[in-house]
Amino acid sequence: MTGPALLSVEDVSVNLPTPRGNLRAVDRVDLSVGAGRTLGIVGESGCGKTMLSRAILQLLPKKAMLSGRVMFDGEDLVRLDRERLRKLRGRSLAVVFQDPMTSLNPVLTIGTQLIETLQEHLELDGVAAKMRSIELLAAVGIPAPEQRLAQYPHQLSGGMRQRVAIAIALSCEPKLLIADEPTTALDVTIQAQILDLLAREQRRRHMAMIIITHDLGVVAGRTDEVAVMYAGRVVERAPTPDLFKKMRMPYTEALLAAIPKIDAKPHTPLPAISGRPPDPTRPLKGCSFSPRCKYAWAQCQIEKPRLEDADSPGHQYACFRPLNTTAGALT
Amino acid sequence: MATLELSVDEAAAVSPVRRTRRLGLLFWIAIGWMTFVFALAAFADLLPLPSPFHMDMLERRAPMSAEHWLGTDGLGRDVLSRLIYGARISLIVGLCAPVIGLTIGGALGILAGYFRGRFETLVVGSMDTLLAFPPLILALAVTAYLGQSLVNLTAILGVLGIPAFMRVARATTLTLARREFVIAAQALGASHARILLRELLPNVFLPLFAFFLLGVAITIVVEGALSFLGLGVPPPISSWGIMIGEGRESLEIAPRLAFIPAVTMFLTVLSFNLVGDTLRALTDPRQGAL
Repeated sequence: MTGPALLSVEDVSVNLPTPRGNLRAVDRVDLSVGAGRTLGIVGESGCGKTMLSRAILQLLPKKAMLSGRVMFDGEDLVRLDRERLRKLRGRSLAVVFQDPMTSLNPVLTIGTQLIETLQEHLELDGVAAKMRSIELLAAVGIPAPEQRLAQYPHQLSGGMRQRVAIAIALSCEPKLLIADEPTTALDVTIQAQILDLLAREQRRRHMAMIIITHDLGVVAGRTDEVAVMYAGRVVERAPTPDLFKKMRMPYTEALLAAIPKIDAKPHTPLPAISGRPPDPTRPLKGCSFSPRCKYAWAQCQIEKPRLEDADSPGHQYACFRPLNTTAGALT
Repeated sequence: MATLELSVDEAAAVSPVRRTRRLGLLFWIAIGWMTFVFALAAFADLLPLPSPFHMDMLERRAPMSAEHWLGTDGLGRDVLSRLIYGARISLIVGLCAPVIGLTIGGALGILAGYFRGRFETLVVGSMDTLLAFPPLILALAVTAYLGQSLVNLTAILGVLGIPAFMRVARATTLTLARREFVIAAQALGASHARILLRELLPNVFLPLFAFFLLGVAITIVVEGALSFLGLGVPPPISSWGIMIGEGRESLEIAPRLAFIPAVTMFLTVLSFNLVGDTLRALTDPRQGAL
């Protein structure tokens, strides 16, 4: 990590009351992103990635209980008053959502949605806002942007819509962009385009970015740092190259093994992680991953491992039997 | 992962084409009929019509003639004239009452669906109370205390329409309010007012408007029923409902006295429904062009 953090999430927990009991969606997470840096948050469905992103934006459901601090640019978003928060969103903080089919208003034209955002935040007049919208659409690779302004979301393809959603998110030059599974709803060739687009715009605007995904392949080449989440906790956190080369957490290893390899022989069975994540309303006493972990031993079931520093800087993991160490299983 | 750069020749990119949809003959017939009825009602004073109140006791239930195009009713009044003046009442009540329901009910419904919580409980509870209250008793009570008038009749029908509009608006808002585009708007720093007016209202308005046109049709019929029961506008003003009610007395001798206003009402209501459906299909951008 270089320079002071733009965003730092400190000891954040999110509890959701459900009919089946209290659901701890995010469990004491600490993370930080510096200006212009990219953080990847990886984990399977239901591990709390989206709740964490909503907690950062203060967009949690009303019933949810949030504790901890979310420091953004020197301000604690959790304790910020509504008006200040509203100003900050959009102008400094922006989001791209998973499903471009539902993240655009179906009854307003692309132009209306873009132009209104610009007018609201940058106080541009109509003509200037329109010019800027056309520039933005061109920047995100939409052909014939001027005509597109008059179109409705349903007239565009999924990839196009996601580009529009990115254009809206970028419209006010945010300092931090949160991309919540930006490519999950798109097909693979479009995925690469959208990710490249995000990376390009990030570099150009020098903004920080958080990419939330369940696909380690997505974060591999495009992030500076990766945090792996499991059952609401960060279980491993490292600079991207370290994570792939010197992973310590068996869960990270299992996730990586589950990515199909292009050079594998045809019909090679894909290693899957057996079992399923623990019920979040009934937290385990020990390590949440222990029931599915092939290296687990007695201690793993009794005690929850804390995040500990590994020998390389910036690398942390929460495991009693880390891989590639004397304490852990040798692989 | 492979990288694909999108480089499209600007000129070669297909420019979006505006589709024109055929409206169909039926739609234009309906529009024609509505325009015709509206024009007659609006310019009734300018037309060379006999007074709708002038009674000619020697010409009671006269058949159609050059003097009385549609004949005369049981009191010798010109049926065509009464029909046209009656259209005014039926249309004023039929349009104004649902506007009251649409405005108040729609606003309450969107607010309740968006803010939820105690406000929603209060709104839904009071609407249920209103629904449970017998509408005829309300109409009787209001006309007994405030008297029979056009304004009172419109107000009664308008208030009675509020719960239905509220329910349609609330149900639609509930499904929309947790959609990602609303969260996206919040994430972009939109205020509550902005989300309500720019994100939700345009979405909720389409089903509400379709329901409004249905409401117009229903209100015209209900106004007729209330007039039939003597709770409508006071005589001697005519409305279609009153004419049907009066025609009932001479159904065996001169059935046309009840049928002519009934057919007019039927055609008008049908036109509203037809136009409503077509307009909704036309303006609803959610119905994909694909």
